[in-house]
Amino acid sequence: MDKLLLLGDEAIAQAAIDAGMSGVYAYPGTPSTEITEYIQKNKIAAERKLHSEWSANEKTAMESALGMSYAGKRAMVCMKHVGLNVAADAFMNSAITGVNGGLIIVVADDPSMHSSQNEQDSRYFGDFAMMPIFEPSNQQEAYNMVYEAFDFSEHFNVPVLVRITTRLAHSRSGIERKTLKNENKNSFPGDLRQFVLLPSIAKKNYRILLGNQARLENESEHSEFNKYIRGDNKSLGIIASGIAYNYLIENFEDEKVPYPVVKISQYPLPSDMIKELYEECETILVLEEGYPFIENKLTGVLGDKKVKGRLTGDLPRDGELNPNHVAVALGIEKPITDYTPNILTGRPPALCPGCGHTDVFIAINEVMKDYGPGKVFSDIGCYTLSALAPLKSINTCVDMGASITMAKGGVDAGLKNVIAFIGDSTFTHSGMTGLLDCVYEKTPITVIISDNDTAGMTGGQSSHAEHMLYKICKGLGVEEDHIRTFTPLRKNHEEAVKILREEIEYEGVSVIIPHRECVRTLERKHKMKVKVTKMN
Amino acid sequence: MKADIILSGVGGQGILSIAATLGTAALQEGLNMKQSEVHGMSQRGGDVSSNMRISDKPIASDLIAKGKADVILSVEPMESLRFISYLKPDGWLITNSKPFKNIAVYPDIEEIYSEIRKIKNHIIVNADEIAAELKSLRSSNIVMLGAATPFFDINFESLKKALQSIFENKGQDVVDKNIAALEKGREFALAEIKKR
Repeated sequence: MDKLLLLGDEAIAQAAIDAGMSGVYAYPGTPSTEITEYIQKNKIAAERKLHSEWSANEKTAMESALGMSYAGKRAMVCMKHVGLNVAADAFMNSAITGVNGGLIIVVADDPSMHSSQNEQDSRYFGDFAMMPIFEPSNQQEAYNMVYEAFDFSEHFNVPVLVRITTRLAHSRSGIERKTLKNENKNSFPGDLRQFVLLPSIAKKNYRILLGNQARLENESEHSEFNKYIRGDNKSLGIIASGIAYNYLIENFEDEKVPYPVVKISQYPLPSDMIKELYEECETILVLEEGYPFIENKLTGVLGDKKVKGRLTGDLPRDGELNPNHVAVALGIEKPITDYTPNILTGRPPALCPGCGHTDVFIAINEVMKDYGPGKVFSDIGCYTLSALAPLKSINTCVDMGASITMAKGGVDAGLKNVIAFIGDSTFTHSGMTGLLDCVYEKTPITVIISDNDTAGMTGGQSSHAEHMLYKICKGLGVEEDHIRTFTPLRKNHEEAVKILREEIEYEGVSVIIPHRECVRTLERKHKMKVKVTKMN
Repeated sequence: MKADIILSGVGGQGILSIAATLGTAALQEGLNMKQSEVHGMSQRGGDVSSNMRISDKPIASDLIAKGKADVILSVEPMESLRFISYLKPDGWLITNSKPFKNIAVYPDIEEIYSEIRKIKNHIIVNADEIAAELKSLRSSNIVMLGAATPFFDINFESLKKALQSIFENKGQDVVDKNIAALEKGREFALAEIKKR
């Protein structure tokens, strides 16, 4: 079979389709978005009618996937690292319920925070839930691991966490496919109360999970994805996990690594392999992408001078690794400082020309001059870029939906004339419940839901909020007179300012919904129209 | 055979089309390739880059190490300088001459050119002008790809075939214009080398 040229994300998607998955559930989030998008466009997926519609948020996605597993079919749920915080309740408990159909949770971490607010390492979550973790080192391994993970999940009655990072997710490589499997047929769990986590049942299930740990570790010791690679020079032993393994190999090009190496791509950690390496080598270097997870397990509170890594400063404590970092840690080269000519200036990302959010912020800036600085709470989306020059409009961006609830906390603390600025997709992700809190307490707050009919930052995915915002706000109890709208265009600036002023002055909950489609999705639709016309 | 190429420019300038063309051609020739790219936040008018690695041997890292890139191929002059610490001492820097000004203060373009001229092996291409002569302004990225082809060992016919398969669904006219752009870019670079 010809190799397919696929992103790491796409390789995962293709593997899931080939392994007989019946549905993917996800909320868009860089760097995980392309997994679901690939399935949405895939021919086999369409023929098989695999579920691939976006979910409202990661929690609803996780629960739907668990439901599909309950019903006997293979399901996958995908998210970015911070999405796992949202899905955490369902995620943690899915380890206790176990599975019926195979269940895979793919989490894409973003070390170096290319497109995120932190660089949390999802391996801690896998460890916390006592779930097996697969951490592929390259795109082909990602394909192979996901293809096998469904069987693994069903065999051990446990969901599998697949942890990838930005470089693997967004790097393309040639992929060899395996045979296409049939989907599972519907079936109920053998015990119809397996998923009832009443304390009496949960205790039993938890003991099963605990009892499973030794078997899972034994699997890690013998996994084809973990390797003990012998080496003659025992002055150093290297533990390399996930894509960090590639940076090690890169430094020796055509030669074999002279040191013993334990390559890790499957957890729980294969402790026998690690102990053997520790015994036979003078010092140990741990190479891992993300937090010093393995290093910390090795050294703990007492520390161990024999072990080097991110905690000891032999590798940077934060940010993603690269071949140069590893070369320095190995003593092959001295640190290279980035040389760039002084004349080079930064080119930060910015809102697109013609973006509706910009018109809303121009109005907000004008109005807020009268109410003082520091009162615009905001959220996650393209509009977060308004924190930067030239707009400099917003004061917070923490997590999905936090604009409304943080603004509420600010009001409760005595702030007046406060704005919460949120996008349409972020609002339906996690903003609605916060708005309900405000309605319940009649909090004087002005919520601006800047509606562009899409999840823009992640590339223009469909938004659950489409044509729904007015109805949702009314349903949550916002007074109809205080649900306002306008079209954010330069010519409507005066109208926007007037509406903003009126609602900021109102001593209760107001929602303003400026509505204009994202210029990017509009442009894409226009191109498609032109293409269709040409074809006709 | 090994080619480590850093592609750079501004979001929306067509770097990913260059990468797709190179990647498709490499796979046709049975070569190994890895290509990392930027999605998400930086695509909003920020600087973008892609690491393109092609080899007849297995490739380990998705990222090119500093001081190891064979070619920096940039569709924007200032962006050609952002990754020069990645260029190996005898590597080539190939850049478009036309600045993309979407920031408040863009540096003096002559100073940028003079920084580029400090690099031992460099070619500055007026890709937009060449594309305009071909009446295909949108192909300036492919002109740039063509200008870089003398500096790595990928079959030129394979690149043409790759353009055919990538742009096929946009019509044969678009395919032909891109192939012409590729050829013109290459001719320009070859003529530049001869002058030296």
